[in-house]
Amino acid sequence: MIAEIGHFALILAFLLALIQGTVPMIGAARDDPAMMAVAKPAALLQLGLTAAAFLALVHAFTVSDFSVALVASHSHTLKPLIYKITGVWANHEGSMVLWVLILALFGAMIAAFGANLPAALRARVLAVHGLVAAGFFAFILFTSNPFLRLFPAPVEGEGLNPLLQDPGLAFHPPFLYLGYVGFSISFSFAVAALIEGRVDPAWARWVRPWTLLAWCALTIGIALGSWWAYYELGWGGWWFWDPVENASFMPWLAGTALLHSAIVVEKRDALKGWTVLLAILTFGLSLLGTFLVRSGVLTSVHAFATDPDRGVFILGLLILVTGGALVLYAIRAPGLKGGGLFAPVSREGALVLNNLLLTTAASVVLLGTLYPLILDALGGGKVSVGPPFFEATFVPIVVPLLIACVIGSTLAWKRGDLSGVFGRLGIAVFAAAAVTAAAAWRAGIEDFLAAFGLGLAAWLFFGALAEFAAKIGVGRVPPGSVLRRAGNLPRSAWGMTVAHAGLGIVVAGVTASSAWQTERIQSMNPGDAVDVAGYTVTFRGVSETRGPNYRAVTGRFDLERGGRLLAVLRPEKRDYPAERSQTTEAAIHTTWLADIYAVLGERAANGAWAARLYHNPLVPWIWLGAVVMAAGGAVSLTDRRLRVGAPRRARRGRAVEAGAPP
Amino acid sequence: MTAIRLSTAIPAALFVLLAAVFGFYLHQIGTGEKDAAEVPSALIGKPAPEFDLPPIEGMEGGLRTADLRGAVAMVNVFASWCPPCQQEHPFLMRLARSGVPVYGINIKDRPKNARAFLRRLGNPYRRIGADMSGRVSIDWGVYGYPETFVLDREGRIRYRHVGPILAHDLETRILPLLKELGG
Repeated sequence: MIAEIGHFALILAFLLALIQGTVPMIGAARDDPAMMAVAKPAALLQLGLTAAAFLALVHAFTVSDFSVALVASHSHTLKPLIYKITGVWANHEGSMVLWVLILALFGAMIAAFGANLPAALRARVLAVHGLVAAGFFAFILFTSNPFLRLFPAPVEGEGLNPLLQDPGLAFHPPFLYLGYVGFSISFSFAVAALIEGRVDPAWARWVRPWTLLAWCALTIGIALGSWWAYYELGWGGWWFWDPVENASFMPWLAGTALLHSAIVVEKRDALKGWTVLLAILTFGLSLLGTFLVRSGVLTSVHAFATDPDRGVFILGLLILVTGGALVLYAIRAPGLKGGGLFAPVSREGALVLNNLLLTTAASVVLLGTLYPLILDALGGGKVSVGPPFFEATFVPIVVPLLIACVIGSTLAWKRGDLSGVFGRLGIAVFAAAAVTAAAAWRAGIEDFLAAFGLGLAAWLFFGALAEFAAKIGVGRVPPGSVLRRAGNLPRSAWGMTVAHAGLGIVVAGVTASSAWQTERIQSMNPGDAVDVAGYTVTFRGVSETRGPNYRAVTGRFDLERGGRLLAVLRPEKRDYPAERSQTTEAAIHTTWLADIYAVLGERAANGAWAARLYHNPLVPWIWLGAVVMAAGGAVSLTDRRLRVGAPRRARRGRAVEAGAPP
Repeated sequence: MTAIRLSTAIPAALFVLLAAVFGFYLHQIGTGEKDAAEVPSALIGKPAPEFDLPPIEGMEGGLRTADLRGAVAMVNVFASWCPPCQQEHPFLMRLARSGVPVYGINIKDRPKNARAFLRRLGNPYRRIGADMSGRVSIDWGVYGYPETFVLDREGRIRYRHVGPILAHDLETRILPLLKELGG
């Protein structure tokens, strides 16, 4: 009964989304306030209905109602409650319900907090949003109904893939979807602006908080996914350039470009067409990822169970949403008036460079991801594009981006002065050179590229701090005024410093863990010891343990350095009888400067155990840095100017930036 | 309205091309002409690897390379603990009944479970080798279960199928290939 209510709520939400997508749009065209006013209650009610459907599904999973086919094939009574709940979105159908729930949540937030938007713009934004939502509701109802009943109902469910029974993965999809779906708001704003034919600084200020919110969530989502891959898959790596990883990375790159170009629209009333295009492309790449993962056109460890009919439907959706918006862009963009030329050496010039490099990086990832598919479709045979391609193409694009990042954020708007910049960044230049030299000294000159990478990380980190110090007048004014200046600085400036410093931390982690990983794979008998990057790891044997829905063999490794016991590592091999599958649980000891990572392998015929031991220098910094970056985004989000609904579109003839701090 | 400028139409044009390729590929997958899950095997066209496996404990037979020569044959890697193996089992039974020699490699299975599996669902295999350590499967380049290979008369591997054989695969790929090889 509850499942049927959920299904019914989804149908109502679909119909309501169609109304939300059409009536306010017509109302905005006819300047009819009554029709435009439909948008707000429709968006709020849509959230209520979608939440009802989602809760109905959560209920079916928590009470293990195996008469619902989806529950029977993805759950099990013995599963811990938390994984019964997260099991809702650990499958195709349920994850689409989570997707539309987040979509409806964002729509309702615009409706609730968008009181300061001009009525016509708000009506159009919500209408575009409603149309996108209608497409996804139709997709669920026609190809992926989560509430299908199964008769007769089985006594027990088939269980959830044990790899997915993990806290890191449980919360990876919600963050990822918050990011993907959050970009749909920027998309709706872009399309509404194209329909209106008007993009101005106020528009950019309205779009920015939504883009920032989505960007923060996507940053966390990608970091969680990579962290999960690191500790759960037991390969010792954290990024594999897998098509599905790339599918989340491309919208992140485009979204990062969008964040920066929106600043130029806001401050300089320029780059309008480009920013609108980026908003369309960012969401378009999110949709493309959905298509790649769920249509069966490519294989990956992450891909959902696939079905060509679904593929056709999502392709249709992709064509309508992205294709439609791009055609609209082709027609309307020439009419967007730009704000005049600007000097190459200026903040806005640097932001253009940032955008060029970020979009080139996104294109390279796109090309590498789609090339095998395109080649196979055109009869060119099977190829796979792996990490060597991405490392050879992505890194050379990112290096100038990272160098320019610090310089650009120090340049003044309109007319920058390079010599002044280097005066302020002297300390960062010194830090980068010192770190590069020290790393090359320790690791040897043949590792010069890795040493350079660490120097780049120092450049970013100390560059961000030096720029901030210069801004608040450290060394130029008395300490009291420095503090006052820091307090008066807009939150967005704080946010930029934090996020760029976080990027430096990520770069350090990526460089060190890629260049200086130590790996030992060998078969060990109890009592055997092995040296891993200066640590001694001694195998002490295995014991059998039992979890709620699995049996495990737990290895015991003593980790010592200089004769002192630092930790006992207990990697597990788990056997889940209901799902008939095994997982490996790596044991990780972190010093924050490095991880010692142990995985228990198979038992050989002679009784010895295969063990894989890794020393991963600075690897925790990757996720630490990602969290710092997202925190920077969050700080920026609290900026007074960006508070949702705070900015007002100025009356014609009045300077738009009148009320904003410099 | 302003006239469309070439530069602003480029994104839409590129997108149309991309969407056309996607549509074309989905169509090819739908008709079975292409298969995204197909991973080319380095062993295609090469002789089957040398191996000699004992039978499943409590059963007759065992399987070695020499058994696979002389006729078009199929080698299926299976286990009782693998749900997709049960899913494809009826199709293997159908092939066996129509006279195709199907050989089995039972991987990392408990003999008791493997025997019960075959008693319950039927035994389509002429001979079965028990690969308890998984060593032989590595030589065959197996990376998922089930996996199926089609061999020609000379014992060379001609086709590899990853995952369960379903009706669609049987009709569009395996039966035509067996016919072509003259099985």
